[in-house]
Amino acid sequence: MTGPTTVLAADVPFPPTVEDFYLPSIAPWGEHSYWFTKITLLLWVSIAILIIYFLVSYRKPQLVPSKKQWLAESLYGFVRNSIAVDMIGREGVRFAPYLTTLFSFILVMNLWGIVPLAQISPNSHIAFPIILALISYVLFIYVGFRKHGVRYLKVALVPPAPWFILPLLIPIEFFSNFIVRPFSLAIRLFANMFAGHMLLLVFTLGGFAMINSNVWLAPVSLLSWAMTIALTFLDAAIIVLQAYIFTVLTASYIQGSLVEGH
Amino acid sequence: MTLAEVVGSTAAIGYGLAAIGPGVGVGLVFAAYIQSTARQPEAARITQPFLWIGFAVVEVLALLGIVFGFVWANPAG
Repeated sequence: MTGPTTVLAADVPFPPTVEDFYLPSIAPWGEHSYWFTKITLLLWVSIAILIIYFLVSYRKPQLVPSKKQWLAESLYGFVRNSIAVDMIGREGVRFAPYLTTLFSFILVMNLWGIVPLAQISPNSHIAFPIILALISYVLFIYVGFRKHGVRYLKVALVPPAPWFILPLLIPIEFFSNFIVRPFSLAIRLFANMFAGHMLLLVFTLGGFAMINSNVWLAPVSLLSWAMTIALTFLDAAIIVLQAYIFTVLTASYIQGSLVEGH
Repeated sequence: MTLAEVVGSTAAIGYGLAAIGPGVGVGLVFAAYIQSTARQPEAARITQPFLWIGFAVVEVLALLGIVFGFVWANPAG
């Protein structure tokens, strides 16, 4: 722990560290065997929610939709129109199912960060954003190779520039297209969820730490908890934004692979 | 003999320095969007996706500062 750890209180673990993200397992209870923790439970519940919701909404589809069907269709329509078709063009409709699944999965997983009993998002463990970024990475490279063949490398790596700058530009393009893209997709989602959870931890635990300390600091704990509530609203905006950004960037990378070569 | 000494985590200093650039960057992104909307309000819907993409891409650098502060932290003490 860093310096001023034991200044305020002995009971409350303040300041929070990375260790607070390693939750104890649920079965067997309390140990740290890492097999079945709250994170695993939230992951399974997210998948169940998504599957059940979309199956039930489309159970008896009518031409004039009921309210539940309209809600599910709005979600799919938003991703298909504003993200897939806007970014990729007419061919975007092919990718709309994947992008909708991606968007709703990331949204539900992120939302656990502010839901009262769960309060941690599985996306604050780097593993889940890594897998999602890998799937998008393999997808846009596969789409590029399927459309252009081996000439996809020329399309992706050689920008329209004078020949004497190309030895400098091609390694930069390679690094930015094939190495930085999946890395930054994963890190962006992970860091937003990690930082959001850490902020809420700091202000919540800080409030408890201040109440347990001397009597002059106790009223300031109310300010700390008010800050927690304000940050929860900010976190809600960040959650939706990060789901949208991940999907929009995936669509943009797919569009970059589908562009006509020159 | 040491004249002056600073103890603590340099990760905090590192993050403080790392937050300058993205702070300016996010301000620039939103300033550009506000100005362009003021000049031509009907273009606001068209440029809005780029607003969010630009914000997220710039913000990720500040968040890398937070995360790597923990990754590269000194072992306890």
